[in-house]
Amino acid sequence: MDYSIKIGGEAGQGIQTIGDTLSKVFSRAGYHVFTHQDYESRIRGGHNFFQIRFSDKPVTASRDRIDIIVALDKESISLHERELSENGLIICDSSALKQKHEKPYFLDIPFIDLAQQHGNKIMVNTVATGAVLGMLRLDLDILNNIMHDTFKKKGEDLVQANIMAAKAGHAFALENCPKCSFIPSSVSGAKMLIAGIEAIALGAIASGCKFYSAYPMTPSTGIMNYLAGKEKEYGIVVEQAEDEIAAINMALGASFAGVRAMTGTAGGGFALMAEGLSLAGMTETPIVIAVGQRPAPATGLPTRTEQGDLLFCLHAAHGEFSRVIFAPGTPEQAFYLTIKAFDMAEKYQIPAFIIFDQYLADTTWTYDKFELSKLQYNDYRLRGDAFRKLDSYNRHTFTDTGISPLAVPGDSNYLVVTDSDEHDEEGHITEDSEIRIKMVQKRLLKKLPIIKEEIEAPILYGSKHPEILITGWGSTYGVMKEAVDILSRDRSVALMHFSEIYPLPSTEKFDYLALLSNAKMSISVENNATGQFARLIMAETGYEFSHRINKYDGRPFTVEGLLGELDACIGRL
Amino acid sequence: MPVLDDYKGKIPAWCPGCGNFGILKAFKDAMVELGKEPHQLTIVSGIGQSGKFPHYVKCNTFNGLHGRTLPVATGIRLANHEMLVIAVAGDGDCYGEGGNHLMHAMRRNINVKLFVHDNQIYGLTKGQPSPTSMEGMITKNQPFGVFSEQLNPMALAVSLDCSFVARGFAGNTEHLKELMKESVLHKGFSLLDILQPCVTFNKINTYDWYKQRVYHIEPEYKPENRIEAFKKALEWGDRIPLGVIYKNKRLMLEERVPVIKDNPLVRQGFDLSGIDTAMKEFY
Repeated sequence: MDYSIKIGGEAGQGIQTIGDTLSKVFSRAGYHVFTHQDYESRIRGGHNFFQIRFSDKPVTASRDRIDIIVALDKESISLHERELSENGLIICDSSALKQKHEKPYFLDIPFIDLAQQHGNKIMVNTVATGAVLGMLRLDLDILNNIMHDTFKKKGEDLVQANIMAAKAGHAFALENCPKCSFIPSSVSGAKMLIAGIEAIALGAIASGCKFYSAYPMTPSTGIMNYLAGKEKEYGIVVEQAEDEIAAINMALGASFAGVRAMTGTAGGGFALMAEGLSLAGMTETPIVIAVGQRPAPATGLPTRTEQGDLLFCLHAAHGEFSRVIFAPGTPEQAFYLTIKAFDMAEKYQIPAFIIFDQYLADTTWTYDKFELSKLQYNDYRLRGDAFRKLDSYNRHTFTDTGISPLAVPGDSNYLVVTDSDEHDEEGHITEDSEIRIKMVQKRLLKKLPIIKEEIEAPILYGSKHPEILITGWGSTYGVMKEAVDILSRDRSVALMHFSEIYPLPSTEKFDYLALLSNAKMSISVENNATGQFARLIMAETGYEFSHRINKYDGRPFTVEGLLGELDACIGRL
Repeated sequence: MPVLDDYKGKIPAWCPGCGNFGILKAFKDAMVELGKEPHQLTIVSGIGQSGKFPHYVKCNTFNGLHGRTLPVATGIRLANHEMLVIAVAGDGDCYGEGGNHLMHAMRRNINVKLFVHDNQIYGLTKGQPSPTSMEGMITKNQPFGVFSEQLNPMALAVSLDCSFVARGFAGNTEHLKELMKESVLHKGFSLLDILQPCVTFNKINTYDWYKQRVYHIEPEYKPENRIEAFKKALEWGDRIPLGVIYKNKRLMLEERVPVIKDNPLVRQGFDLSGIDTAMKEFY
């Protein structure tokens, strides 16, 4: 079984509430769930939708065929009617839309009337949620528990009213939908349901992040929202800065003072941080920077998606210094890579990037669990007695690895000195050319090769010796994986996905360059216009992909859309 | 107890006669008299002649970027509010490049001490006007004189209800030292604007120019009255007041953040055992 539900409506109508609630019902029931959202940059009006796919098998992308459309506005019908599957149905309240539909695949449910009869007009969304579960012949136990969790703070009356409203929608669908032929498999074992943006924030908590400063900007704001809600529980200070320049400088201050610190923004805000990034490089102050790419230049399409800032993050900031760039493809990768970013930032005293986009930020995925037992927390800072008992201390001491002791100022009589000017081992300003050379070697040439050893190889999925090798990075993982599943039925094909982007992984453990060279066709798939990753591979290795697929309409790849493009390429094989 | 020698840093690369020497002397004296050990304080400086200041004393140092002293200082204080954090900036640095940060540091009332070496000129870049340069000042880049009105940092600070607002003069180190001490002891964000003659590039606002105009605010003056403070802050020209212009008892940011109420952030450990709780919410 594999069903998709689309809830469409204006901003402010509560499509997200219905979507979130249904997804939770499915994941708690034990289904694999994938959801994505499409919304305009406005608080009210417009047309937005929330799409849920649920199955008894793992799902990693949305599909174009919809089984149930919940239409809260007329556009949901005019724009999405053609996406309906063979036995699909559209449910709407004709009195609310002031529009009658006679076609057989419409189910008219009086959301407003039922809500009013069982409490309050506001509960139309609960009625709709109940109705969808009725159509699927799923019972209301889990929904009732969710209602209880959601509304218990507002009183038992509200909980009961919502339970009644859901029951009314459910009963109406059971009675009035003889055409409903959905048969969900029986599954068990609640799964966790998590969005990419939540996984980054959760990863920050699991990394011992103590300080987060940021200026709100889509699609990164969710990190700040989540961490601000956990300040007391996990001892985190979240400060909303006056601008992105302040955000990164505050995080650097906190890091200098001895705590793990992070900032997050979108491409445009990151442009303002470029100077601070350079400061992190020069002063060797650890910092984690989450950059949510969105279609640009300038303000672009604020709520939409693009992979347009990879090379910007790689090259941003004046001067030459080490950095690492991770681009997770799933919430699970986002969680573990955020933890790895914190670890490497502190270990090597460098800036570490998590780059993502609106698509990864907002898509939710299900997992049995994130394995916590394999996590490690290493505090690389020199604190307390260990710092006090040293024979001497210089913040920027030359070492074989380029890594100097990072001490917590105030913990000892020794002083911690650093400078945005070129500096000597002690941290004081200098213009000496010999010291300059040694400092550049320390910050860049010595550290980077060691850092590279910790970079994991790309994931290979599909044929081990593929004729067609489809390569991508970041958020396109799930869509590419499903496309490869379909193509694999009659082709020798594989997906190679990079989530640890810079420095590029070495080819020692896995010679991905040989694999690329041996394939008859290598296709680079990117959600941007110029193929930034393909250009990075070219620049770093000299390898050139035989084909490129680029999408830059501000929308994510879909499985069907990508298959169409891939077929066009493969036809040429 | 610390002695003056503890604060002996590198030999300054400032011009002979620079107002910064007076500020340096007052600063060392103030720290010694306050009984502060060098490792108990962190100076965050920016870029400009003032930015070199921490290299010429002994202290924990973050010599950051032009205009960005206050965000760094804010981050340090939020991570470790047991540390005395002094931001040293110039007039171009924090009234120009970092103006936005100044405004918001005052609003936040983070307990950072901002000492501004205000020489009314850009020294490091050789003689361009700063936000506090006087209207009409002729420079290489302003052959018709400065058109913009001179920024009044004292009035700006009073208007934003800055917790501690004072002005000192590099030519009167004894008085300046006392102001520095008072600033450090005050609970809340402090702006200490220090009139600092630039002997090389500012030929208008010289030692003599200042000496003819500065006066010590009368002992009976009450700096808690904001309206009177605003009047005092507006005084400039023939008579320039030195001393504490305004102070209030606003709660500091550090007192308002619940997470750091009992223990500085940097002393709060971390272990992975609590993560399960957050994870459960996703089921």
